[in-house]
Amino acid sequence: MDDLVIARSLFGTTMGFHIIFATLGVGIPLMILCAELLYQKTKDKDYAIMANRWTKGQAVLLGVAIPTGTIAGVQLSLLWPGFMEVIGKVMSLPFQIEIYAFFIEALFMSIYVYAADRISPKMRILSVSLVLFGATASAVLITNVHAFEGTPTGFRIHNGEIVDVDPWAAFFNPSFLVSAGHVAVSAFTTGAFMISSIAAFKMLKNRSQDRVYKFHRKALILGLTVGGIFSLLTALNGHESAQMLHEYQPEKLAAAEGLFDTQDYAPLAIGGFTDKETQEIKYGIEIPWALSFLAGNSFDTTVIGLNDFPEEYWPPLFVHTLFNGMVLIGSFLIFLAMVGFVWNKILKRPHFPKPLMWAFVISGPLAILSIEFGWIFACTGRQPWVIYRILKTEDVVTGSTQIGLLFILFSIVYVILAVAVSLVLRYYFKRHPVEKELDYSSSESSMKI
Amino acid sequence: MTADSLLAITVLWGFVFIYAVMATMDFGAGFWSMIYINKEKTNATNIANRYLSPTWEVTNVFIVAIVIALVSFFPGATFILGTVLLLPGSFILILLALRSGFLVFSHVAKDYEKSLTYVSGISGFIIPGLLMLVLPITHGGYIEVVNGVHQLQFEKLFTSPNIYAFIGFAITSTLFLSSLLLADYSNVADELDAYKVYRRDALTLGPISLIMAFLIMITLRTEANWLYSNMMNYLPFLIGSVITFFIAGTALVIPSGRHKGRIGRPRLAVIAVTIQYLLASYAYGRAHLPYMIYPDVTIQSGFTHPNTFRALFITYIIGFLILFPGFIYFWRLFMKDKRYLKQSEN
Ligand code: HDD
Ligand code: HEM
Ligand code: HEM
Repeated sequence: MDDLVIARSLFGTTMGFHIIFATLGVGIPLMILCAELLYQKTKDKDYAIMANRWTKGQAVLLGVAIPTGTIAGVQLSLLWPGFMEVIGKVMSLPFQIEIYAFFIEALFMSIYVYAADRISPKMRILSVSLVLFGATASAVLITNVHAFEGTPTGFRIHNGEIVDVDPWAAFFNPSFLVSAGHVAVSAFTTGAFMISSIAAFKMLKNRSQDRVYKFHRKALILGLTVGGIFSLLTALNGHESAQMLHEYQPEKLAAAEGLFDTQDYAPLAIGGFTDKETQEIKYGIEIPWALSFLAGNSFDTTVIGLNDFPEEYWPPLFVHTLFNGMVLIGSFLIFLAMVGFVWNKILKRPHFPKPLMWAFVISGPLAILSIEFGWIFACTGRQPWVIYRILKTEDVVTGSTQIGLLFILFSIVYVILAVAVSLVLRYYFKRHPVEKELDYSSSESSMKI
Repeated sequence: MTADSLLAITVLWGFVFIYAVMATMDFGAGFWSMIYINKEKTNATNIANRYLSPTWEVTNVFIVAIVIALVSFFPGATFILGTVLLLPGSFILILLALRSGFLVFSHVAKDYEKSLTYVSGISGFIIPGLLMLVLPITHGGYIEVVNGVHQLQFEKLFTSPNIYAFIGFAITSTLFLSSLLLADYSNVADELDAYKVYRRDALTLGPISLIMAFLIMITLRTEANWLYSNMMNYLPFLIGSVITFFIAGTALVIPSGRHKGRIGRPRLAVIAVTIQYLLASYAYGRAHLPYMIYPDVTIQSGFTHPNTFRALFITYIIGFLILFPGFIYFWRLFMKDKRYLKQSEN
C-alpha cells in the first residue's frame, strides 16, 4: 500500500473512533439537561437520578472523547501538512473559536461533575446548559471546516500563492449552516436513541421489579421523545444537504445515487450496489422521478450524472451504499419513535411488545452506525479532493514515511481504549445499580455525584 | 519582524508558558499520586487527585490551543514541523491518550485504582520529556532535506547531549514544580502530613532541576551556538531567574507567617518559582527570535495571511472576555473553596 492510502486509513480510523464519543458528548448532555429540567418541573426524584447517572457515564466517555479529539486535531497537521497550511491561512477561525467552546465545555463539565453538591440547582442547570452549548458549538465549528472543504470560498490561488483572503467569507461558506445543522441534530438524535437503547435493555431484564422497570420506562419515553423530534429534523435537514450537493458538488450526489447519465425525471435508487462496468445499480429498487424531486423540488429538475465528469474526478462508487445506509437508518428511527408514541400516548399501553423493545435496543447502535456512514460518505465522497476543485489529497499528504507503523500503533491504542472504557462503564454501573439509588432517594434528600 | 508577527508569537509563547505550568502540575500530580498510593495515611495521593480531577480537562484544552495557535498564526512553520514531528508527535499523542483515559478510569473503577494509576502515572512521567524535544528540534541541526522532504535525523538526535539535558530538565522540573504546587495546595487544605512530604520533595528536586538547566546551557554552547550567544545577551534575565530560585528555596525553610509551628511559606515559593520560569523562558524565547525553526523558518516567513490574523485577534479578545469569568468561577470552586479542599475521598 502506498503512504497516501495508509495516511487516509489512519486518519479515517482516528475520526471514525473519535466521532462515536464526540457525538455522544453532544447528545448526552442534551438528555442530562432534559432530565434536570424535568426534575425541577415535576420534582420526581427519578429524573434527578437519571441526570446523575448519565453524567457519570458521560464523564467516563470524556476520558476517551478528549484524548482522541486531541489526536484528531494534531494528526491533521501531522498527516496533511499541506492542507493545514492552507487552512491556517484561510480557515483558522472555526478552529480558533472552537478552542473557546472547548474551554466552556471543559470548565463547566468539571463544575457540574465535581461541584454539583456545592452549587444551587439554577447554577447546575446553567452549568449543564453551558456544557451542551460548548459541545454543540465545537461540533458545529469543526464541521464548518469540513463544509469549507466541500464548498471553499474566501480566497484565490494565484501562481501558487494564496491571495484575496477573506476569513469571514470562508467561515460563512455556502454549506456551513446546512452541514453544521445536520451534524448537530444527528448528534442529538444519537444521544437520545442511545439512552433509549439502554433503557429498553434494562426493561427487558427487569420485568419483575416494578420500581426499576418504571424508572427505565421513564428514561425510554424521554429518549424516544427527544430522539423522535430530532430524527425528523435530521431527515428534513438531510434533504437540504442533498440539495446542497446537487448545487455545489454534483458528482458527489451522482455517486451517492449511482446515477451515470444526466437526465431530468431522474429515478431514485434505493439499496443495491453500484456497478461501474454496466453503469447501473445492481439489486436496488428504483423509484421513478424521485431523485429529480429530491434534488430540486420538482420532477423535471435535471440531475447531472457521473458521465459528465472526467473519470478521475469520480468519487469511489461504494459511497452509494453508505448514503443509503444512512437514509435507511434515519427513516427507521423516525418510524420507531412514531410507533412508540402511538403505543404509549394513543393506545396508552403500559408495556411495549417484545419485538418493539428489541428494536428500541438496537436503535442507539444503529444511530451511531448512521453517523459513521454519513461521515465516511461525506469525506470519501469528496475524493480525490481535499479542498474541492482546488487542492488534491495526494498533494497535501506528509512526505514522511513510517506511517504504516503508526497506523498499527494507533489502532492498538484505540482497541485498548475501547475495551477499557466498556469494562469501566460496566464495572461502575454494576457496582452502583440503580436499585440502590432508588432506595436511597426515598430516605435521603441530598444527592452526591 | 512586523508588529503583527511579534504579537502572534507573544500569544503563542504565552500559551506555551501557561501550558508548561499547568501541564507540569498535571503530569506531576499524576506521578505523585502514583508514588504515594501506598502511603494512605499521609493523604498525599488524595491531595494530588483532588487537584487533578477537575483540572486535567482544562489543561488538555491548552495543548490543543497551542497547536491551533501555531497552525493559525504560523501555517508556514506548521508545514515543516508537522512533517518532521510525525513520529515523536504521534508517540506523544499515544501516551497522552493512554494517560488521560486511564486517569479517568482509575477514578471510576476504585477496585483497580492502583494498577490503572500506574498506567497514567508512568505515561504522564514520560510525556514532558518527549514534549520538550520539540524545543531542541527547532534549534537546527536535526532536520535535513532528503528528496525534497524535511526529515528528522534520529541518529543525530539521540547522540546529542543537549537533547538529554533538555529531557532531564523537563522531567526534573515537572516533578519539582508539581511538588511545590502540591505543597502549597496541601498547606491551604491544612493537610500537614501531605504538606511535609511535598515540601521535602520540592527541596530535593529543586537543586537537581537547576543543575539540569545549567547542563542545558553548557551543551547548548556547542550544539546550537547561535542560540547560546543570543541568550547571553539576556544574561540579566538568567541571573534574575537564578536569584528567584534561591528566594523560593529560602521561602520553604523559613517559619510560616500564618501558622505557628509550621515551616515554610509555599505560596511565596510558588510565586518566586513562577517568576523564575518566566524570566528564563523570556530570555530563551527572545534569543530564539526571529527563528521559529532555525534556519528555515522565521516568524515572518511562516506568518499567516494578515486578514486572517486580524480576524483571529478579534476573536481572541472576545473569547478572553467571555471566558475570564468562567475561569474565575472555576478557580474559586476548586482552588479556594475549603469545602472542596478539605473533603475526604468518597
Ligand atoms: C444519526 C445520524 C444521521 C442520520 C439518521 C442521517 N444523517 Fe445524513 N449525515 C450524518 C448523520 C446522519 C452525519 C454523520 O452527521 C453527516 C456526515 C457529514 C455531515 O455533514 O453530516 C451526514 C451527511 C449527509 C450528507 C452529505 C453532506 C456532505 O457531503 O457534506 C447528506 C446528503 C445527508 N447526510 C443526507 C441525509 C438524509 C437525506 C437523511 C435521511 C434520513 C440523513 N442524512 C440521515
Ligand atoms: C468525525 C467524523 C469523520 C469521519 C468518520 C471521517 C472520515 C474520514 C475518512 C474515512 C477519510 C479518508 C477518505 C478517503 O481517503 O477515502 C477522511 C479524510 C479526511 N477528512 Fe474526514 N472524517 C470525519 C470528519 C472530518 C472533519 C470534521 C474534517 C474537517 C476538519 C475532516 C477532514 C478530513 C481531511 C482533511 C481528510 C484527509 C484528506 C482527504 O482524504 O480528503 N474529516 N475522513
Ligand atoms: C464532526 C465531527 C466531530 C464532532 C461532532 C466533534 C465533537 C467533539 C466534542 C463534542 C468534543 C468534546 C468531547 C467532550 O468533551 O464531550 C470533541 C473533542 C475534541 N475534538 Fe472533536 N469532533 C469532531 C471532529 C473533530 C475533528 C475533525 C477534530 C480535529 C480537527 C476534532 C478535534 C477535537 C479535539 C482537539 C478535542 C479535544 C478537546 C479538548 O481538549 O477538550 N474533532 N469533539
